Amino acid sequence: MSVLAQCDSKETFVLNLGPQHPATHGVLRVKLTMDGEYIRQAEPVLGYIHRMHEKMGENRTWAQFMPNTGRLDYLSALSYNHGYVLAVERAAAIEVPERAEYIRVITVELNRISSHLVWFGAFILDLGGFTPLLYAFDDREIILDLLQAVTGSRLTYCYFRFGGVYNDIEPDFITGTLAFIKRLRARMPMYHNLVTKNIILVKRLKDIGFVPAEMCRKYGATGPVLRGAGVAYDVRRAEPYSVYPELDFDIPTHPEGDSMARYLVRMDEIEQSMRIIEQACTKLPNGPVMAEKAPKIIKPAKGDYYAAVEAARGSFGVRLVSDGTNTPYRLKLRSPSYSNLSLFGEASRGMLLPDALALMGSLDLVIPEIDR
Amino acid sequence: MAPGGGRLTMISQELKNALAKLAVNEAVVPDFKDKGFHLDVAVAPDAVAPAAEVMNLAGFFLEAITGVDWLAEGQMEVVYDYNHSISPGRVVIRARVSRATPELPTISAIYPGALWHERETHDFFGIVFTGHPDLKPLLLPEDADFHPLRKDYTS
Amino acid sequence: MNPPSEPIRLLAFLIGLIIFAALNAAYLVWLERKVAGHVQRRIGPKEVGPFGLLQPLVDGIKLMTKQILVPDHIDPILFRIAPPLLLIPAVMSFVTIPFSETLVARDINLGLLMIFAFASINVLGILLGGWGSNNKYAVIAAARGVSQNVAYEIPMLITVITMVMITHTLNLNEIVRQQAGGIFNWYIFRWSANPLMLVSFLIFFTCSMAETNRAPFDLGEAESELVAGYHTEYSGMGFGLFFMGEYANIVIGCSLATLLFLGGWQCPFGLWPGVHWFLIKLYLLIFTVILIRWTFPRTTIYGLLNLSWKILIPFALFNLILTGAMLKIWPLIFP
Repeated sequence: MSVLAQCDSKETFVLNLGPQHPATHGVLRVKLTMDGEYIRQAEPVLGYIHRMHEKMGENRTWAQFMPNTGRLDYLSALSYNHGYVLAVERAAAIEVPERAEYIRVITVELNRISSHLVWFGAFILDLGGFTPLLYAFDDREIILDLLQAVTGSRLTYCYFRFGGVYNDIEPDFITGTLAFIKRLRARMPMYHNLVTKNIILVKRLKDIGFVPAEMCRKYGATGPVLRGAGVAYDVRRAEPYSVYPELDFDIPTHPEGDSMARYLVRMDEIEQSMRIIEQACTKLPNGPVMAEKAPKIIKPAKGDYYAAVEAARGSFGVRLVSDGTNTPYRLKLRSPSYSNLSLFGEASRGMLLPDALALMGSLDLVIPEIDR
Repeated sequence: MAPGGGRLTMISQELKNALAKLAVNEAVVPDFKDKGFHLDVAVAPDAVAPAAEVMNLAGFFLEAITGVDWLAEGQMEVVYDYNHSISPGRVVIRARVSRATPELPTISAIYPGALWHERETHDFFGIVFTGHPDLKPLLLPEDADFHPLRKDYTS
Repeated sequence: MNPPSEPIRLLAFLIGLIIFAALNAAYLVWLERKVAGHVQRRIGPKEVGPFGLLQPLVDGIKLMTKQILVPDHIDPILFRIAPPLLLIPAVMSFVTIPFSETLVARDINLGLLMIFAFASINVLGILLGGWGSNNKYAVIAAARGVSQNVAYEIPMLITVITMVMITHTLNLNEIVRQQAGGIFNWYIFRWSANPLMLVSFLIFFTCSMAETNRAPFDLGEAESELVAGYHTEYSGMGFGLFFMGEYANIVIGCSLATLLFLGGWQCPFGLWPGVHWFLIKLYLLIFTVILIRWTFPRTTIYGLLNLSWKILIPFALFNLILTGAMLKIWPLIFP
């Protein structure tokens, strides 16, 4: 914190950042108490896109809630699909065929890459560089085409089913995916040369916007924010689900805890996701994509169930309370950006406005998922 | 590492003992594969803050706080999900309060991340967290006086 | 045919220069969008006219016919005088710029000084626009704009002083004439006058980019922080005038760099000097400016001020001293 930010000035003013502001990427409002360009206090104001998904869950059957999960985080919808089906499969004790598990992993990881590409573009856009966004979208477009062929939608997927996936993949999908990975592999050095090594970018991100591991713990931040503080916590490894234990991948961490560390973690995760997809494509077994014994009407036994997945933004958890009927009694969605944003107030104190916005961008917020 | 199991069986005996002192009945140790958590402890409403202190000292982080409305029993349950990022283990701490006066102490002094979760739970269930610095609506409109996740709520 | 009398000539030039400034503003936007498009693997405007060449015209009509919304919490006078205050000095600066040896509205001896006098008014437009808007974003942007302009005016003027020490004149036409006879007589390569001439050029070019609020120094209108900066509250032609002023300033900045360092209307090989060489060099520089905008992210305000006060000003001062020393030492060695 600078000397200026520490001196006690009474001349502060309130700056409303949002709900319509180019940097908030959605309808987030941050009430900033400013001292010149220094932030005294930042208070995120939520709820502008609150849809009460949890109440909707109580009014629908277990299966009918599936499309809602794709609308929480529109950038990595499949992870949220995955979290929900895992929870229900755990509750109803449904086994999933291996081929379906592999297809889930391939599509989820593709979705993670596309989510990180959007974040990459939008983050550099926050920093005033417009061009990388178009390049990232160029790559993402291919992922959307691939996933569209499989899932039938481009953004708000609803592809997974309790006990498998909605339909099998074509051989074209595998060749297309592998071709895409080859292309992205060739393009990653370009991104690093043009963006990561850019002197202005480095000056804006390095040693700025610290989110230490202890702060992450106090606020429950997970995902790249936590890994950017040096903690190698990844639900895919900590609580292995699906076929992740059979795949070889690393958990990228950077111990610095600054905006640059979070940036690098996400860039490394793109590489790791590519590795996972390649392995999953070669290991993909034949067989059914839907459990034959999967019940048509789901009535889980009474009790609590929890399932977590590693979404693109962190640990996404679903807590189910079943009363044995065909609708959930209570359905809690634990979304990662919610916890990641909650530390913004503390982390941004005393920062300059442009640095705080870089910090906010590096948290990778998706507002519908925070407001639910 | 087996799917669903893995290195996730370690919750130290010390932690179990510390929580057992606060529990109202015996802690449940469910099978992780079936339930998705490792330890389920029911505590008295007054004990949520000491329990949070225990979890904090053990290095856990707070995943979420949420409520469940047990209308038939005239009670509301507050569920605290804890998790550890280095030696994982999910611990669920739950406390029941009466529906007529749903009040229990805040843990936001221990976990500042609880500030928002408690505000959200207050929005949805009307559960009052005493000692919370600012229980204004978080996700609902700022003038909201209804609690949509209560089972007797009709729009 | 007799040459037209001086007032008529001047009037014709003024009209011509206003048209030049307006056309530049319009077609630099087109160029900007085209370059941005190709940098970003897009095509850019293409629907209106061939290669989208009529796009600026349509944009102009749109801006002019748009309702000018005036918020009711503004300062009515300052809010209205700010856009012309930005544009008029920029257009006035064109008066002394020699497009070729003869194609100059007013070939005055203090041309360089006059341009800088007018260029300093431009910051007043930003300040009043931001202050008069009575909008927090605009006020922050105005404060940034002023500190930025003040910071960068210093190294820029120091560099110009070194140039004046070498050229012994403030007349722009005379400066260009001194650079006749091929590329190595341009001041950017005149090692004998000062071995660090290239550095001078870079300082000057950087400063002129910062002075005109161009990316990566466009802190005054950093859209991800300050929405639209000092012209947040302006709509229609109010915004259009700010826009024109900005592009006119870019043209002025690049013209000056061309005249002082790149030989103005002189040919690189010493043949057929004329207006075409001036325009080629001018637009090459502008093209560079546009390319930089679409390549780099934005700096922060403190990074920008640090660059000026901690790097550019010391370098410019060192250059000044070096030039002074060279001027005294060189005649001693080669009398």
